[in-house]
Amino acid sequence: MHDITLGFQHAARLLISGEHDVWGIIGRSLLVSGLSTILGCAIGIPAGAAIGLRRFRGKRGAVAALNVGMSLPPVVVGLFVYLLLSRSGPLGFMRLLFSVPAMVIAQTILAAPLIGALTLSAVESVDRRARTVALSLGASQLRATVTLLGEARFAMGAAIIAGFGAVISEVGAVMIVGGNIAGHTRVMTTAIMLETGKGSFDIAIALGIILLVIAFIVNFGLGFLQRWR
Amino acid sequence: MGADLAIQVRGLTHRYGLREVLHNVSLDIARGGVFCIFGPNGAGKSTLLRLLDLLETPASGEIIILGARATPSLRPALRRRMAMAFQSPYLFRASVGANVAYGPRVRGWPRRERGARAREILEQVGALDLIRRPAWRLSRGEAQLVSMARALAVQPEILFLDEPSTSLDPPNAGRVEALIAEYAAGSTVVLVTHNLFQARRMAHRAAFLHEGEIVEQGMADQILTAPRDRRTIAFISGEMPG
Repeated sequence: MHDITLGFQHAARLLISGEHDVWGIIGRSLLVSGLSTILGCAIGIPAGAAIGLRRFRGKRGAVAALNVGMSLPPVVVGLFVYLLLSRSGPLGFMRLLFSVPAMVIAQTILAAPLIGALTLSAVESVDRRARTVALSLGASQLRATVTLLGEARFAMGAAIIAGFGAVISEVGAVMIVGGNIAGHTRVMTTAIMLETGKGSFDIAIALGIILLVIAFIVNFGLGFLQRWR
Repeated sequence: MGADLAIQVRGLTHRYGLREVLHNVSLDIARGGVFCIFGPNGAGKSTLLRLLDLLETPASGEIIILGARATPSLRPALRRRMAMAFQSPYLFRASVGANVAYGPRVRGWPRRERGARAREILEQVGALDLIRRPAWRLSRGEAQLVSMARALAVQPEILFLDEPSTSLDPPNAGRVEALIAEYAAGSTVVLVTHNLFQARRMAHRAAFLHEGEIVEQGMADQILTAPRDRRTIAFISGEMPG
């Protein structure tokens, strides 16, 4: 109990002083997860919306693929990206392994199907009368589609937040492709693992508090959006 | 082609899967006034209205709107000259004001004009106090009023109304009927109802739809008071089995 209390005191001091690159680690985490979420949205939202809105042969397969993608194990994704980017891999010439871009790639692969599947579910849950009403009021087909997507905006907002929440708390993939290099690829989750292993609980707790605060904000946002649905 | 006709329909047939819901429907709807389509539940009235508003494509047949054949390329432009208030109103997840301003917005009206139009029309239907309220917090009757206002906001040349007062209390129903009558003085209103009292009060011309077929059409007074077909007589006298 004493260790935990001391840990919290040290954590508070660390957060104020910014020692041990605490704020650098936090900033990097937000950068990697933020970029991955943006890229995940750029891929997942159009894919989820297109699958949800259109009728086409193979739709079931596309939905199944999204759902499988949603449950991809992060360490397997990390391994896959590692093999792609390693010196002997097909993308080795890009020299991205153990860099922030590599971490962003891995987390994008995790975020995109999650955001896509939740977008699909959001779009499918919208009353189809929205489109008919829009057309009857003079909207073009494109405008009516945009209106229908707009009707799913709260649920889609929740999908984005869920995607961000998943990648910011992820550790396996970023550890494998980032390598947890101090000042370079170290993020909150990998730092917490490292510092816990070393017994430096104060840094681990400081980062844990920040991660909890972010998770709380994410969940608060999710709850807020769901109340609006 | 009759220049005095708002809508001409020739040999319209429509199916949902294998079920034929409209068979060889032909109709002439003159410009101006209220044209009432009445008939029992499941006769195909709402389907016919959606086809006339060009929201669905018929299996076969021809629809001529305001003198122009409703070809695929002309459908969007023709749709912009019409509007519809549905039986079960769907309101967008926005404020009442934004809902009413939707039609003017997609037509490119400036923001100020569409805001003013929304206020004006909501005042006319007696729902101006709802303008800022989220649409999903409305009662069914309020939603029906707003849906009506939304359709009227675009000043359509042809206004389709599908059971416009089913959820309204008598004062609001009266207000809506007065508004429809006023609107019909300058435009064409196609009203679907199974409320014969409302049809008698409002319609200038009427058609009786039964099991997907137009049984009888002509002046409303004649059809509603002295119908010729035995099915119309049975429906009006309340003897038609449900």
